[in-house]
Amino acid sequence: MPRHRFAPHLGLLTLAALLGGPAHAQAPASAPASGEVNLYTTREPGLIRPLLDAFTAKSGVKVNTVFVDKGLAERVAAEGARSAADVLMTVDIGNLIELVDKDLAQPVRSPAVEAAVPASLRDPEGRWLALSIRARVAYAKPDLKGLDGITYESLADPKYKGEVCLRSGQHPYNTALIAAYLVKHGEEKTEAWLRGLKANLARKAGGGDRDVARDIVADLCDVGLANSYYVGLMRSGRGGPEQKKWGDGIKVALPVFEGGGTHVNVSGAVVAKNAPNRDNAVKLIDYLVSDEAQGLYAKADYEYPVKPGAPVDPLLAELGPLKVDPTPLIEIARQRKAASLLVDKVGFDK
Amino acid sequence: MLTERAGARSLAPRPGPGPPTLPAWSPLAWIVAAGFAALLVLAPLASLAVEALRGSSGLWPHLLAYVLPQAVRDTVLLLAGVGLLVVALGAGAAWLVAAYEFPGRRLLDWALLLPLAVPTYIVAYAYLDLLHPVGPIQSGLRALLGYARPRDLVLPDIRSLPGCILLLGFVLYPYVYLPVRALFLMQSASLIEAGRSLGLGPAAVFRRVALPLARPALALGASLALLEALNDIGAAEFLGVRTLTVSIYATWVNRSDLPGAAGIALVMLVLVLALTWVERAARRRRHYAAAAQRSRRMSRTRLSGLPALLALALGLVPVTAGFLMPAGYLAAAAAERLSTAGLSPAIVGETVATLAYAGIAALLATALGLVVAAGPLLAAGGAVWRDALLRCATLGYAVPGAILAIGLMAPLSALDGALDGLSRLVTGAGIGLVGIGSGAALVYAYVARFLAITVGTSEAGLARVPRSLGDAARVLGRSPAGALTRIHLPLIGPAVLSGALLVFVDCVKELPATLLLRPLNVETLATHLYGEAARGTYEDGAVAALLIVAVGLLPVALLLRVSTPRA
Repeated sequence: MPRHRFAPHLGLLTLAALLGGPAHAQAPASAPASGEVNLYTTREPGLIRPLLDAFTAKSGVKVNTVFVDKGLAERVAAEGARSAADVLMTVDIGNLIELVDKDLAQPVRSPAVEAAVPASLRDPEGRWLALSIRARVAYAKPDLKGLDGITYESLADPKYKGEVCLRSGQHPYNTALIAAYLVKHGEEKTEAWLRGLKANLARKAGGGDRDVARDIVADLCDVGLANSYYVGLMRSGRGGPEQKKWGDGIKVALPVFEGGGTHVNVSGAVVAKNAPNRDNAVKLIDYLVSDEAQGLYAKADYEYPVKPGAPVDPLLAELGPLKVDPTPLIEIARQRKAASLLVDKVGFDK
Repeated sequence: MLTERAGARSLAPRPGPGPPTLPAWSPLAWIVAAGFAALLVLAPLASLAVEALRGSSGLWPHLLAYVLPQAVRDTVLLLAGVGLLVVALGAGAAWLVAAYEFPGRRLLDWALLLPLAVPTYIVAYAYLDLLHPVGPIQSGLRALLGYARPRDLVLPDIRSLPGCILLLGFVLYPYVYLPVRALFLMQSASLIEAGRSLGLGPAAVFRRVALPLARPALALGASLALLEALNDIGAAEFLGVRTLTVSIYATWVNRSDLPGAAGIALVMLVLVLALTWVERAARRRRHYAAAAQRSRRMSRTRLSGLPALLALALGLVPVTAGFLMPAGYLAAAAAERLSTAGLSPAIVGETVATLAYAGIAALLATALGLVVAAGPLLAAGGAVWRDALLRCATLGYAVPGAILAIGLMAPLSALDGALDGLSRLVTGAGIGLVGIGSGAALVYAYVARFLAITVGTSEAGLARVPRSLGDAARVLGRSPAGALTRIHLPLIGPAVLSGALLVFVDCVKELPATLLLRPLNVETLATHLYGEAARGTYEDGAVAALLIVAVGLLPVALLLRVSTPRA
């Protein structure tokens, strides 16, 4: 190899990188002056894009998004007073409350929100609100007996030994359910229930919610718990023909707690504490609880709207009337850590 | 090629081991540069340490009682299994294409690198689809054997520790294959022939001559593969394997216990350091430098007939398992999607963003890695400090990506504050965030995470440059820096470039830090795919997944070119 070939090129390229890096980086980060709103969301952008486009068409406000998974709270906290974030959207009540606990949300008094969202689904001080509801429902083999009125408690019954499929106990959807169980029954009974449930597992806890349906279709298990919207995603064929087979191959029931209702979780939003476009943030939130948006939002992901009377997708409606368990969401959020520790303690995922 | 310093003596009498003892070229400049690189990596780790020190009540008793016994066992088993598999596959495949000639060898030569282009989490998704009882393979098998119900034919589940080991092993072995193959190709024929003439069979030559000589390359490749496996979250979580990294995430995400998560990550880092140190210590007293004379390359043994067929079949196993199966599945899914949904126009922008970030990060990491690795040539004396700086620069790879990204936030936030303050002082007006939420932060995260790769490949390259050459340049009046640019750099160009390409491919695949740090309105191919996967429609992301693979393929092909010594 000729002696000089490599080094000078490297130097040039490095220089280009140094110049190019920050220049490339800068443009999108600066906070817009007006006519924009910056949305940080753990909800997948494809899901909420139609909704945001409708908002922009109506209001003229452009929505910039960044889809963040884990670490939304940490990022906004680190950005501090000059953060570009206006609205933070996330799923799971625990994640929502965490934003408030970390002082990343600001109170917003909005007549539109107060009129549309039931008091149990928003903060009395206006720091968070739910935008949609999802239920933790039972997927089962179509010929499984005793499915009507099935309770969460009964899933630990030895009659289901080797027949239950679940995702990881450390997944927020399951952690929230276990937290609700803790609120209702206390630690001792919850631990016993978890041990029973663990003993009934057909396979190691893991995978995703749709794997429960797939494994039931594959005859690996008889019953499992998963979120309600996956039923719509699978049965509508939106997830492809394979998933449609899984969706059509299961029976879905709405389980209840003994003497209670069905466990639900929410997706929701807060207005960021340091929102540079606070007015537009409130506009966006107000739009999200409007009749139109509630319909769109619920339809986009087969979720239950928070606004009473807003239409429910037929694929969801055919599961039957949803009777929401009365345990306050906030109490469930407070038990999240205890639930997570309990999952470790009983070795649920081992 | 020589080992155990035997040949060095014959080339240039030396005062002793260690760097050249001639007057050193301003070691200060190197210390500043390497110190900067080390600082880049240490800053997020220090902020994690501060986080960990904030304390996490009752964390360790809980972990010790309920989590660690199983997490440590699973992690150790996973690493042992993946380690064995990547070394066996990587070194075996490298020996196959370096020592034997058979029809299809040239094709295998580069095809064996292909799994590098596929992210582990995609492989996990694809394999579960393929191997699930209702997937095509088992359904076909049942139809063939006449079983009606899945329960009649229960096969082992991929969602298990052995499944995860197999999957990661077949995807990560190219990290070993790449450097070991390059080493075998550079190996001179004389040692191999000496082995043969002493009556060793082919297997014994491989085991007793080739493999021991390849140890630095094996160590480098295996450590990269193992750190990938250790920090993997996508595949492990999806397949239900509870590794230490999975428990770090549970501690952080479900219990809002970042101090606890940082604490576990740092303990893991210390264990990794200890293991690396042991391996290096065991190797310390050996030298693997090549002789200065251009040596005759080992000639390939020509195979024909059944042995040739067998060799080809053997070589195709890892290619099929690590690439053809998952990529073929993705291609089928992508074709189906394209015919129904068409190509999303956004994907062009996503591809450009992916290329830009990965390219810039690869260049920066390469430059820094080279500077850091050149320390022993530039800075005489202070070997302990030199070594410490060098090791520090490689720590980012030993921490899970999302945790490193979280660690980056405090330093970036401080930097933003300082810049804003400075701007207010000078211009009277503040500036927005230039660190957090900018592309620079993302590039920084990539560099901090993957610097270990470029330091490693540069070091490996430099280690093979005969000392006599550098010494000769010095005797003839070159400064150490002059010797580096005129003698070493041209010789190690391929090694350095292969490091750059590895980093590029890794950046293209990187997910957790990209998700967390990228600017508003920016999607990369990996985040697009994750978005689809997160809403349970990952087949919709098949096009993006395939593009990730395609974007990775070009560097992989280049990798092969640069790591093949010219005749």
